[in-house]
Amino acid sequence: MPYEFLDDIATADIAFSAWGETIEEMMGAAADATMNTMVADLGTISEREERVIDLHSDSIEMLMFGLLQEVIYFKDAEQLLLRIKEIAVNYADGLYAASAVAWGEAIDPQKHDFIVDVKAVTLHRFTVEQTQRGWEALVVLDV
Amino acid sequence: MANPKGVVKISDTVWEIPNTYKDGMRVPARIIASEKLLREMDEGVVEQLTNVATLPGILNHALCMPDGHWGYGFPIGGVAAMDPRSGVISPGGIGFDINCGMRLVLTNLTYGEIKDHVRELVDRLFERVPAGVGSSGFVKLSQDEFRSVVEQGARWCLENGYGWDEDLERTEDFGRTPGADASKISQKAVDRGYRQIGTLGSGNHYLEIQVAREENIFDPVLAEAYGLTIPDQVAVMFHCGSRGFGHQVATDYLQTFLRVMQTKYGMKVIDRELACAPFDSPEGQAYFAAMKCAMNMSYANRQVILHRIREVFSDILHKDPADLGLHMVYDVAHNTAKLESHKINGSMREVLVHRKGATRALGPGASELPAVYRKTGQPVIIGGSMETGSYLLAGVATGDRTFFSTAHGSGRTMSRKQAKKQFHGKELQRDMEHRGIYVRTASWAGLAEEAGPAYKNIDEVVEATEIAGISKRVARLVPVGNVKG
Repeated sequence: MPYEFLDDIATADIAFSAWGETIEEMMGAAADATMNTMVADLGTISEREERVIDLHSDSIEMLMFGLLQEVIYFKDAEQLLLRIKEIAVNYADGLYAASAVAWGEAIDPQKHDFIVDVKAVTLHRFTVEQTQRGWEALVVLDV
Repeated sequence: MANPKGVVKISDTVWEIPNTYKDGMRVPARIIASEKLLREMDEGVVEQLTNVATLPGILNHALCMPDGHWGYGFPIGGVAAMDPRSGVISPGGIGFDINCGMRLVLTNLTYGEIKDHVRELVDRLFERVPAGVGSSGFVKLSQDEFRSVVEQGARWCLENGYGWDEDLERTEDFGRTPGADASKISQKAVDRGYRQIGTLGSGNHYLEIQVAREENIFDPVLAEAYGLTIPDQVAVMFHCGSRGFGHQVATDYLQTFLRVMQTKYGMKVIDRELACAPFDSPEGQAYFAAMKCAMNMSYANRQVILHRIREVFSDILHKDPADLGLHMVYDVAHNTAKLESHKINGSMREVLVHRKGATRALGPGASELPAVYRKTGQPVIIGGSMETGSYLLAGVATGDRTFFSTAHGSGRTMSRKQAKKQFHGKELQRDMEHRGIYVRTASWAGLAEEAGPAYKNIDEVVEATEIAGISKRVARLVPVGNVKG
């Protein structure tokens, strides 16, 4: 599980760090951490529906912010719990682009053990950075 | 804050941080709290409140209420009034859950009369008022109808049979904030929100059956004026907001403001969560109109939930809702920004008041109040933790020192992770049932996170507001049944 929930950052909310050898791995891990804030066991989310997510931004930080917002968006707009299966990040002409394929299924309270709903990704201490280990992000979610 | 540095005592409940504390502060910051509450506040409150004091156009003081704690941009409990000509509007001063608020409904029943029905009432409410992650409501709307709802607020509900005429005058803004413009909201916001009217949400949102015991009536005259007239009277209180719709509106404009703040308006802020735009700018006005849509969505959401509560009580107790006395006391918003008239340097003028985790508390005589509360002052509803109880307060004439604002709840002191380590959802439910509080929850882990000891002592919070002269206690309400989101 390439993410860890942090206890000492946001008393009323949820903070986590996510990492990966590549930026793509880190973004997939951050998306999973966001979903795992809401659903106790990600293993209970079956792959029944596919959604394609295309995003662009002039910063890598806001690109990831956008990806996490998409996970929250599909949960409300289509009652879909999604996990990122494939993702590619490219940079060209001053813009970062992410193209992701997400799989998941509709919310089923009988099947999915919920913890708390996520309202939004915040920019409080929000960071995405390259480290010696690869890439690492710090995210605080408003719940 | 063990030893709050730079904080100067003004009185037993007013603490000032002078504008020399930090570069760029335009006004001093003030925390309203007892010494004990101040010491228990996290240091983030002082840092964030002094950041707020640097925002362009801020007037008098950057204020924090006694239940204040660290938030995003503004602390929770933050209040700031801006000059509408030279000042800014900031989503960080309102919160992601725009118009999160409280509604209090009374019955003419005593606890003794419903004691044997509490379980059934809570079970049915749990079924009829959806709660938890991604839940959707029973009101089926097209996206175009939803766009109309967000401009009409609770008035739409009445026109569609979800309420009584009197409900509107007992809702802040009379249930509809004027100036809401659905052309300023994104498709994403509509997608997230149009199925969510009539849903509670999760986290600290709840719906509670409560009892006003005789010994918990602090002001019998005001209590009677607000409708608390019989011993052990049963009430229903709930806490919820604008759901995914409001969250998306806030997120959309946070990003818009980050794009234009520096490049177009040459403004820098200390914290990105304080992203803002001049109030008198296209972006500032667009956010104000979109934010009002979320305010209206929330009024409509709470109105539909009230309708459900009336249906459930009527079904279970086999009486017409009117015969059960299911009248609203009031509906308050605690995450908003509003244009209001306040006294600045001795003269009345229009200012933009941000309240984030703070409740408007108008004193007697305020023209914004309906006739029924013009003499008493505004009812203020303060939600406590699900184990400890909640309060009904009244606005007072001396509230002008905080732009007629007071606390909104008890405020968390324990992290969610820590609460889950310390409490177990199912055990907590059993334990609460032994103590006479029957709980249903959409999430066991979520229930553990909301355990009473994770919150500040609400009695101390409301007492501080009374000593500070910003609101006064009317009654304390204790829970007997709870639906947790």
